[in-house]
Amino acid sequence: MANLRTNFLGIKSPNPFWLASAPPTDKEYNVVRAFKAGWGGVVWKTLGDGDPIVNVSGPRYGAIHGPDRRLIGLNNIELITDRPLEVNLREIKQVKKDWPDCAVVVSLMVPCEEENWKAILKQVEETDCDGIELNFGCPHGMSERGMGSAVGQVPEYIEMVTRWCKQHSRMPVIVKLTPNITDIRYPARAAKKGGADAVSLINTISSIMSVDLDQMSPWPVVDGQGTHGGYCGPAVKPIALNMVAEIARDRETHGLPISAIGGVTTWKDAAEFIAMGAGTVQVCTAAMTYGFKIVEEMISGLSQFMDEKGYRTIEDFKGRAVSKVTDWQYLNLNYVVKASIDQDLCISCGRCHQVCEDTSHQAITNQVNGQRKFTVKEEECVGCNLCAMVCPVESCITMVPQTKGTDPRTGFEYGRPYANWTTHPNNPASKAAE
Amino acid sequence: MGSVRTGGLASGRLTADDYKANFSDIHPPLTRHEAFVEAERCYFCSDAPCQTACPTSIDIPLFIREIAAGNDLGAAESILKSNILGGICARVCPTETLCEEACVREAAEGKPVKIGLLQRYATDRLMEAGKQPFKRAASTGKKIAVVGGGPAGLSCAHKLAELGHSVTIFEAKEKLGGLNEYGIAAYKTTNDFAQREVDFVLLIGGIEVKTNHALGKQIDIASLRRSYDAVFIGTGLAGVNKLGVDGEGTLRGVRDAVDFIAELRQAKDLSKLAIGRDVVVIGGGMTAIDAAVQSRKLGADHVTIAYRRGQDVMKASKYEQEVAQTHGVTLRTFVKPVALESQNGFVTGVTLEETDLDNGKLVDTGQRYSVKADMVLTAIGQIFVPDGLGGADRLELEGGRIKVDQYRRTSVKGIWAGGDCIAGGEDLTVAAVEDGKQAALSIHQSLHA
Ligand SMILES: Cc1cc2nc3c(=O)[nH]c(=O)nc-3n(C[C@H](O)[C@H](O)[C@H](O)COP(=O)(O)OP(=O)(O)OC[C@H]3O[C@@H](n4cnc5c(N)ncnc54)[C@H](O)[C@@H]3O)c2cc1C
Ligand SMILES: Cc1cc2nc3c(=O)[nH]c(=O)nc-3n(C[C@H](O)[C@H](O)[C@H](O)COP(=O)(O)O)c2cc1C
Ligand code: SF4
Repeated sequence: MANLRTNFLGIKSPNPFWLASAPPTDKEYNVVRAFKAGWGGVVWKTLGDGDPIVNVSGPRYGAIHGPDRRLIGLNNIELITDRPLEVNLREIKQVKKDWPDCAVVVSLMVPCEEENWKAILKQVEETDCDGIELNFGCPHGMSERGMGSAVGQVPEYIEMVTRWCKQHSRMPVIVKLTPNITDIRYPARAAKKGGADAVSLINTISSIMSVDLDQMSPWPVVDGQGTHGGYCGPAVKPIALNMVAEIARDRETHGLPISAIGGVTTWKDAAEFIAMGAGTVQVCTAAMTYGFKIVEEMISGLSQFMDEKGYRTIEDFKGRAVSKVTDWQYLNLNYVVKASIDQDLCISCGRCHQVCEDTSHQAITNQVNGQRKFTVKEEECVGCNLCAMVCPVESCITMVPQTKGTDPRTGFEYGRPYANWTTHPNNPASKAAE
Repeated sequence: MGSVRTGGLASGRLTADDYKANFSDIHPPLTRHEAFVEAERCYFCSDAPCQTACPTSIDIPLFIREIAAGNDLGAAESILKSNILGGICARVCPTETLCEEACVREAAEGKPVKIGLLQRYATDRLMEAGKQPFKRAASTGKKIAVVGGGPAGLSCAHKLAELGHSVTIFEAKEKLGGLNEYGIAAYKTTNDFAQREVDFVLLIGGIEVKTNHALGKQIDIASLRRSYDAVFIGTGLAGVNKLGVDGEGTLRGVRDAVDFIAELRQAKDLSKLAIGRDVVVIGGGMTAIDAAVQSRKLGADHVTIAYRRGQDVMKASKYEQEVAQTHGVTLRTFVKPVALESQNGFVTGVTLEETDLDNGKLVDTGQRYSVKADMVLTAIGQIFVPDGLGGADRLELEGGRIKVDQYRRTSVKGIWAGGDCIAGGEDLTVAAVEDGKQAALSIHQSLHA
């Protein structure tokens, strides 16, 4: 049996599945239920200082649904915890005491003044929690007050606040990054420079979910008005995965521990993030959609996968995909694949033909000898695999690597040695180098 | 144990609730959510096989995508554009041998997209909205007579009206709708759907309706040809084949199934309708199945369909046969009726003779046996009645029905025909709708040539 235990910055947890800082972790009641259900850790809902913030009492969520109302994306306009600081601190202390084997990290967000941070760090330390996460990500409400993503968008602030936290606390510091920037490497580098022990990402993406066409207002409509919120859930996973990969392979931040967040819904999403360098994963929307029980599927799925592949611990496959992420310019331009349609599996819907004909390279027939039939014209196929993406039947269209013979489309031999854009004759830069 | 006065026939065999349940929608409509989920199963095929399989060529992938996108009225319009009677067709088409048989998901997993139910979902929404999505073109000043107000006639009339012509429908009966009103099984078209659909079709305007006007009685072809620029005949099959057995037409309890169904369809109170305890239906088509199933639903204890050939060549589809069987109807094949047994003028049984196939030819075997019956329904085929065609002497028939070309032109200039009354048709509602539409387009073209 695979061992799912994780040790992230010295914070131990029975598995890599943590609940992200959000409503599921806002109270002792929820967190205890989560630990009972099997979650390895939590990042407590973000604490602030001073009087508790106030949330709207109107609708806070928007969602994108699939046809069967499967939730694909979620958007929220919630702020940080609206409960008094003392109550949260008391509960955190109790939970950590009762659940010593599970990870309890506390998320923080206070104004950008050293004194404010110093004060709250001291109070949090007394709870005996395992570490802190700096919320530099919240893209709505708090950012208008100079916190959250307003900090996360300025690398200098990230570095400064991180440094304060390292100075004034013995706890491990995780810096939670906002995706609402152009290049995630800059904030990550800043966190590292400030002394962060790890980064976690992504927080939610700035979004307006939809427009209510009757009220002519963005949704959620709060008494006739709306505001942008934070987008999360399955739809954001590809964005999160790319940002995690960028940090994992950046020369300056390579090796910096990462707690990955964003659309993790099943074990497979988690395994992908771990392969991309994450030490733990955090989950919010999936829990908010299905409840805490989903962690059972995540645990069993990940164990099964690891057993099948012969990975005994998370460390065994952590980061294995990182070195495979490269720049476009290094992709092998001599690698040729052609689409191939399995006629036994083909149900003749014709979508491959339609999309290739209308939007790609006119490389799939719709008739052969007057009969409805879909076959690939190798002399036209560029190997883009759009057809395979739109085919409703799994493995009906496969992309077959070509190794012998000549490409009827280009006239070049198959199987020529690796060559990329940097040396390609059409590349002006490669010419200049000659 | 029938009384001397009624034989075994009796009404009110069931409770009011049973009647209601038995004659409610056989396929309840999809809810909005079910429609969304089902619509999403459609692959939006290229050159979709379902569309090719639909006799009226409805753009099925398009209307399903419109449903999926929440545009129900647009979906309905896409349907009705090709088939103005898309509402009834959604209810009565044997989709299992038409669009749904062609659905690629049928090939892939044996579970086609429920096209019929989706079509019903969309058309129901539009009919609830009570709007006619089509507008009449400017008047052409041309007058066209449509004889017969069934699916063929209605479809023809609507298309002609849309194209700007003035149409008069001459209908022998009191109501329009044809077999939609008098023939289709009651549980396929509930809540007076046929009349609601007729009203919907007529909303376009430009269609005058003359009911109780029968060709051969109140009107004849010669006068229609004089007063109108074109004539369309869609009179369906007004006659029925006879068994040719003694007692047919005289014995009580023996009747023609089409007639029986028409009475059932018009009944205000089903509990007043007399039905036997032991019913034998003779025939193997849709009418036989519908008569048998509805007899069961009216409370008959035993219902037997007696068909002279094998089950595989029954005209009723596999699905219809299944419906009969799940309703407890006994199917006897390779038997034909040779005599009606009776007592005091009431039928008491049918003598059946077993048949066999000899080199593909149906032969008698001489083996006879008797089946108890207090009611016998004959459903052995309807026939075209060529009444009132005087003045069109050269109107050619073929196999007893009107001969037409691909444009539904008869052999006589100025006369078109469609629906069950033409030769080589499929005897389906949807086919009649297509005939009417094609005839209208051809009439339009000829008047503008
Ligand atoms: C019992 C039964 C069940 C059926 N079930 C189905 C089913 O489930 N699905 C399906 O697709 N098809 C079914 N059919 C077949 C379908 O009903 C017909 O194919 C379709 O109605 C044909 O349309 P039509 O307009 O040609 O004829 P009809 O519907 O027969 O309409 C003809 C019209 O012309 C009128 N008429 C007749 N003679 C004259 C005259 N001399 N002058 C003026 N008017 C006249 C009639 O009163 C009638 O209104 C069924 C048929 C029967 C009998
Ligand atoms: C309602 C809601 C409230 C959230 N509140 C916080 C918060 O207080 N602090 C924080 O760091 N992130 C907060 N988040 C962001 C989540 O922790 C997480 O980063 C994000 O939802 C992406 O993960 P997911 O795709 O699994 O939901 C919140 C998310 C939601 C949906
Ligand atoms: S791989 Fe691309 S180019 Fe080739 S057949 Fe498929 S869609 Fe067309």
